[in-house]
Amino acid sequence: MIKLFSKKKETKTEKNFYSKTLVISERHLGDYIFQNITRLFAFFVFGLIVLIFLEMFIESLPSINKFGLSFITSSHWDPVKDKYGALPFIFGTLYSSLLALIIALPLSIGVAVFLTEVAPDWLEQPISLLVELLAAIPSIVYGLFGIFVLAPFLRIVVEPFLKTHFGFLPFFKGDMFGFGMLAAALILSIMIIPIITSISRDVMKAIPDSLREGAYALGATKWETIKIVLISARSGILGATLLGFGRAIGETMAVTMVIGNKPEISFSLFDAGHTMASVLANEFTEAASDLYISSLIEIGLLLFVITIVINSIARVVVNRVTKKYGKIN
Amino acid sequence: MKINNKQGWRKRKSNIAVFLAVLSAVLVLIPLFLILFYTVQKGISSINWDFFTQMPKPVGETGGGMANALVGSGILILIGSVMGIPVGVMSGIYLSEQNKGIMPHAIRFLVEVLNGVPSIVIGIIAYITFVIPMKSFSALSGGFALGVIMIPLITRTTEEMVRLVPSTVREASLGLGIPKWKTTLFVILPAAMKGLFTGIILSIARAAGETAPLLFTALGNRFWSTNLNEPISSITVFIYDYAKAPFDDWNRQAWAASLVLIVLVTTLNIIFRFVSRKRK
Repeated sequence: MIKLFSKKKETKTEKNFYSKTLVISERHLGDYIFQNITRLFAFFVFGLIVLIFLEMFIESLPSINKFGLSFITSSHWDPVKDKYGALPFIFGTLYSSLLALIIALPLSIGVAVFLTEVAPDWLEQPISLLVELLAAIPSIVYGLFGIFVLAPFLRIVVEPFLKTHFGFLPFFKGDMFGFGMLAAALILSIMIIPIITSISRDVMKAIPDSLREGAYALGATKWETIKIVLISARSGILGATLLGFGRAIGETMAVTMVIGNKPEISFSLFDAGHTMASVLANEFTEAASDLYISSLIEIGLLLFVITIVINSIARVVVNRVTKKYGKIN
Repeated sequence: MKINNKQGWRKRKSNIAVFLAVLSAVLVLIPLFLILFYTVQKGISSINWDFFTQMPKPVGETGGGMANALVGSGILILIGSVMGIPVGVMSGIYLSEQNKGIMPHAIRFLVEVLNGVPSIVIGIIAYITFVIPMKSFSALSGGFALGVIMIPLITRTTEEMVRLVPSTVREASLGLGIPKWKTTLFVILPAAMKGLFTGIILSIARAAGETAPLLFTALGNRFWSTNLNEPISSITVFIYDYAKAPFDDWNRQAWAASLVLIVLVTTLNIIFRFVSRKRK
């Protein structure tokens, strides 16, 4: 009887003890579970990128096996004969993006200088907001604007002007349609200006004022001071430029709608071109043969790899600047 | 005398530089105003009640609306949100809580990389993952593509907003003996909720304006459809189709749809700027 009682008591304390440890471990268990759930979702992002690469690689295998390296070096794109070479698209992407950068970079730096060094405080915020609004406009709207406003304007006003005055240059030769490289480069430059501007502005803002004060104290003019700030911010501006370049390379809709969509390699700005993104937008739903689809997916894979390389370099550069000067968005 | 000349030149050069900076600001804003001006001018005449409530008319007839496109965009964004918001918020929390080791840095980097992947490439992924196995273009695949596009934006804003919550709040909660996960879920997250919400709004604005990933996933549909396994219309693809069409009335409707889209997207963006600026 006594024995039984004591045993009962023992189990009770035992139970108490266990329940207590259970509470503690439950608490740790909660942390453990929660942490791993969030980790799972974070790894999902990682998995997604691997998945993107693998899926595209597998789907483009038929094309890779068939054409090999000639896919990149051949400019023969003929769906009727089932022969595919992507050089015109690679050229079109790089050429249009480079042209866009040439137009956008000076303007973006100008705006960034205006925002950080020239504009009074009351003007800075609204102008920044408007430039950011430019980034918020969907690319399809840019495309619409390109078709109905920009292209006719180029055909009637700008291209004849360029042809009569600069026609001796190889860049301004051929028939004038409005649609073509020039239109694509202009639209792209409008679209990447907000990116380059906002990052350059943030980097320049992060440059300590003591630098400017020192310059002024030595008798530097406004421009000479700006020059010093620009030189200090150069790596940040480089990162911003690369990010803008990456964006221009991947831009699809606006370019598709104005570039003319012809797989030809021509340095003339008046001629129609094609980019990697625009050929996907144009031909993917119409692709009849498996090899055709596979080739298009290989173009997508190339586009993916190119943008990842450029964006990674850009991020490394921008992150390094961020570390030096504090948080930059 | 020589020095004076040089001083004058330096001053003039400085003035020229300042002038160029002002000029570039003006030049950059011109396209913005032109786009807004033309969208309103060309689109406003086609905006009426019918435009929002009617279906597209058959080819050749004028009038009609984009009711199906509005509903389609809504459905696509909903699917995208169902997928993108949990993944984005949870990985954002992970990034803000974890600082040890190389993993958080790697994932933060990958999120940035994902943000830079062209949207048309994401369309291809949705095509391979959904359209090929299902053998049909579908709303589901389009929504998946939008979800992937939303993830990096939500992750980034979530991380930032959670980090903005003062560490004293977290310490107070932990000091009261509340477990870490409860602190995160019931103390930190509510405090960052407003920021999270604006981040989600921003990502929806971005998704609403995407066209490229929908071209060969959701495809577009001239008829009413709410079936997730069938092609579905969206505002952006509607604009694309109507812009390419050789009918003036369709082109006008493309402008009108753009006007609707711009109003939608800029409103969402301005809400985001307003709230996030206030917080900082």
